[in-house]
Amino acid sequence: MNRKPGWFLAGGLLVALLLAGVVSNFASGSPDGLDATARDGCAVDDAGEITGGTCMAQKEQAHQMADSPLADYGVKGIDNPYLSTGLSGVLGVLITFGIGAGGFWLVRRREHRAA
Amino acid sequence: MDAQAMHIANGIVNGPVSAVFVIFAVAVLTVCVWKARADLDDRLAPMAGLVAAFIFAVQMLNFQVLPGVSGHLLGGTLAVILVGPWVGALCVSTVLIVQGRLLADGGLTAIGLNITNMAILGTAAGYLLVAGLLRVLPKTPAGIGATAFIASVISVVVASQGFVLEYALGGTTDLSLPAISGTMAGVHVLIGIGEGLIAASTVVTVAKVRPDLVYALRRFRKPVTIEAEAVA
Repeated sequence: MNRKPGWFLAGGLLVALLLAGVVSNFASGSPDGLDATARDGCAVDDAGEITGGTCMAQKEQAHQMADSPLADYGVKGIDNPYLSTGLSGVLGVLITFGIGAGGFWLVRRREHRAA
Repeated sequence: MDAQAMHIANGIVNGPVSAVFVIFAVAVLTVCVWKARADLDDRLAPMAGLVAAFIFAVQMLNFQVLPGVSGHLLGGTLAVILVGPWVGALCVSTVLIVQGRLLADGGLTAIGLNITNMAILGTAAGYLLVAGLLRVLPKTPAGIGATAFIASVISVVVASQGFVLEYALGGTTDLSLPAISGTMAGVHVLIGIGEGLIAASTVVTVAKVRPDLVYALRRFRKPVTIEAEAVA
């Protein structure tokens, strides 16, 4: 039971890359539960803009990182929406894995067992 | 096309309350790092990175729950089962920080609110439920799958009510709190069922392929079982 997790890690990472890079293009574009609740009470037009009523989302402010090269799950400068979403997902997975695995590796418990 | 913003945006909850939750989140995550060290060895560290990356990927996969309303996995319960509560809370936080910093999802001012709901409340509820359920359910792939499903549904609803609490403290629009609470709970039961199905199929797969990598199967055991194994 002490097999190294190498192959499992590689397989798991591949699955995550496929989900974020390919399957993400088939995800629902509807607002999620929180966003839908935030718009509850407002009239919203086809473009998603609030046109009237009273709701939480009216007070929503712009995101500080709206100009980030990966903002809104797309890559700046890539016009193909499938490629843009998929590439942002692939980069997100790799960055999350890098930061996560690197950070956890740094704080891990180091044991110096004799034998 | 995928939904572009999934977490609390800036301005929904006022600045002072958002700041208080940033302090709260930093304090709790500091404790998590401290406690996580006991769990994190050479094998769990890369596994935890994978769990964070997997949660990032699956959070992109919004599924329809009602006409015009979607939902996505939050991941707290899944993380608890695979890497334990302390490391799990840090995995979900890592995802939220990457999304907020790089993908402009979840306001930076609101990062404390989002971490509190999804990484802290959702994971804590998931942990208590998983630990409790594994005392009665068998530690088999089927048992761990049922545990993942039940704990996911409830933990997602708990996380949704975290937002209601934050909105009660610092909401920027005068709206009926019971109505918000009811709407959030209702839609998040449906999202929780979706999350439960994803979490259950994931942990059942891992439990079949590499049961030694499922934290909940190794650690959440009754003392009797450990003694029995020690004797054997």
